Amino acid sequence: MSKGSILILGARSDIGKAVAHRFAALGYSIQLAARNAGSLEPDKADIKVRHNVDVDLFEFDALDLDSHQAFATGLPVLPDVIVCAVGMLGDQAADEKDEMAACKVMRSNYEGPASIFSVFANLFEKRDSGTLVGISSVAGERGRAANYVYGSAKAGFTAYLSGLRNRLAAKGVHVITVLPGFVATQMTEGLDLPQKLTAEPEEVAAAIEKAVGKGSNVIYVRRIWQLIMMIIRNIPEAVFKRMSI
Amino acid sequence: MKLSGWGRYPVCETEVQFPRTQEAVSAALREGPAIARGNGRSYGDTALGAPNTLDMRHFNRMISFDDATGTLTAEAGVLLADVISSFLPRGWFPAVTPGTKFVTLGGMIAADVHGKNHHRDGSFRQFVDWIDLMDETGEVLRCSRTQNAELFDWTLGGMGLTGVILRTAIRLRRVETGWISQTTLPAPNLDAAIDLIESNLDALYSVAWIDCLATGSDTGRSLVMLGEHALLAELGKDQSAHPFGTEAKRSLSVPIDFPAFSLNRYSIRAFNSLYYWNGGRKSGESLVHWNGYFYPLDAILAWNRIYGRRGFCQFQCALPLETSAKGLKALLTETSNAGLGSFLAVLKRFGEQSGQFSFPMPGYTLALDFPMGRYTEDLLKRLDDITIENGGRFYLAKDARMSAATFARSDDRVRNFKHMRRDAGLDHRFQSHQSKRLEL
Repeated sequence: MSKGSILILGARSDIGKAVAHRFAALGYSIQLAARNAGSLEPDKADIKVRHNVDVDLFEFDALDLDSHQAFATGLPVLPDVIVCAVGMLGDQAADEKDEMAACKVMRSNYEGPASIFSVFANLFEKRDSGTLVGISSVAGERGRAANYVYGSAKAGFTAYLSGLRNRLAAKGVHVITVLPGFVATQMTEGLDLPQKLTAEPEEVAAAIEKAVGKGSNVIYVRRIWQLIMMIIRNIPEAVFKRMSI
Repeated sequence: MKLSGWGRYPVCETEVQFPRTQEAVSAALREGPAIARGNGRSYGDTALGAPNTLDMRHFNRMISFDDATGTLTAEAGVLLADVISSFLPRGWFPAVTPGTKFVTLGGMIAADVHGKNHHRDGSFRQFVDWIDLMDETGEVLRCSRTQNAELFDWTLGGMGLTGVILRTAIRLRRVETGWISQTTLPAPNLDAAIDLIESNLDALYSVAWIDCLATGSDTGRSLVMLGEHALLAELGKDQSAHPFGTEAKRSLSVPIDFPAFSLNRYSIRAFNSLYYWNGGRKSGESLVHWNGYFYPLDAILAWNRIYGRRGFCQFQCALPLETSAKGLKALLTETSNAGLGSFLAVLKRFGEQSGQFSFPMPGYTLALDFPMGRYTEDLLKRLDDITIENGGRFYLAKDARMSAATFARSDDRVRNFKHMRRDAGLDHRFQSHQSKRLEL
């Protein structure tokens, strides 16, 4: 009953898991990739028991760029859909004092995801099909004092996805940029997020399923974010630099 | 933070944690007295920790399923709704289900929930093979009928006061379809309803909806609803195409609080009459979708909001068989005299009692709900008294306001439960606002 296959990069994240469940429910076979993949055995069992689909675990380190070629070509099946949920929020205050920590955030949110997508983009291009879904962030729409290290890397990833989409548009390969806004996940646990602006990981997964089905290009999960970011992008820099948002 | 149960009354201060690992649970237990919480569907202060609440919804993974026996092993935070959506299409349904599917397995165990088949199958405990329970020291104990049997017995119905339920193995029921073949029998009064229920004890499911404002000789006017899982051969053409029922339709929700006056006695009277006559017309046999049959209110996601900001109180008692008719009549008369109304009055026959602290006893159980208002507490106290006079007891998953003295008078087993807690050193580790109020 397999409808296709999906690979989740960064499968330990709440969004990654929610996407896996969503596509498993549709009958997709599931490939979960993360560091220390063995620890995802309980999630593998959970998906198998609930949805009766094949689930496989793969060791993957987004920061180990040298391994990316071998990782991609070593998969038993080149998937139909790949979702990259790799990311790291970091600690802005600490990152300002420690450039190495800041670099790690930048590499985790941009260099790693972009590198692995480069590899898969070429494989998809050769096959003439496939969908790449990159989970970026509204934080990349404009740098703010509160989280510009993270935001700058997401901005890079957003631009990368946009370019990739442009390059592959005629080749049967589709690229989706997801800008989820706040999501209630492990990454944001303990932050005081406004309820109306905060999506559940399952909402993000549902939005991704819909976007893959419709071939959307850029999606916000809760519509309100589209408006918020339009306003934020349009504030004149002279004003913006004095604001604290 | 401020937190409440499904009834939105009372609202209590509690510190909520969302553990993701067993280690996080044991670390949280070292910080002070706590109670585990599932999906927050108990009505009162059962799942409000004093001071700490452990929200167990991250423990939501299924572990294995044995298709030969229908045994599901899963973490305690798994929702019953997910069990149904995974296994009904494969021919399995929960063997016992409460009136909402938005409960966790851990919550079902803690309250030892019952369903419309209690008279035949007993409560949820009959289908629980084992539980992994974290005790007050952080150690995890496998509890079953043969291993730590006493703790197993106390934990089913123990309202989370014996430890934190982490995992469980439960047995599901084989079904051919997701449809229920329902027979509806109107009963002009309480005696007639009881007669109908008693003469249909072989029906798998049986429940009566009572128009609790009918008075005088009409007291207890009701619809008795019997049900069986429909066989494939009983389905019509349309249903055969989807033997397990199509996906539940998109749910309505009640996004804002209704003003409290929208449920005054007139609107309830109108609602009740409508329901009765509508049902009266449909009496006889019909095929009903599993979701509408077992979970009519789940279709309105936040139905607890229709009672307005002040919230509402559920009252549910069980009466022994010998005093059921007399006691129920007294309860219904008191309720209709008060005119405080009740959307739902549900009557059910219970079968045998089992376990050390589970609610059901052989006889009848009546459930009513009331919007919280100035006179509600007075009425509830009178209902408490009638219940005790008739040898009945109360369901803790519904309770939000009973006094410790009332609860102790209603059930001799309370003393044993307290002793067990004290002797095992559980009373200082596992505390809810309810356990403190009831001095458990």
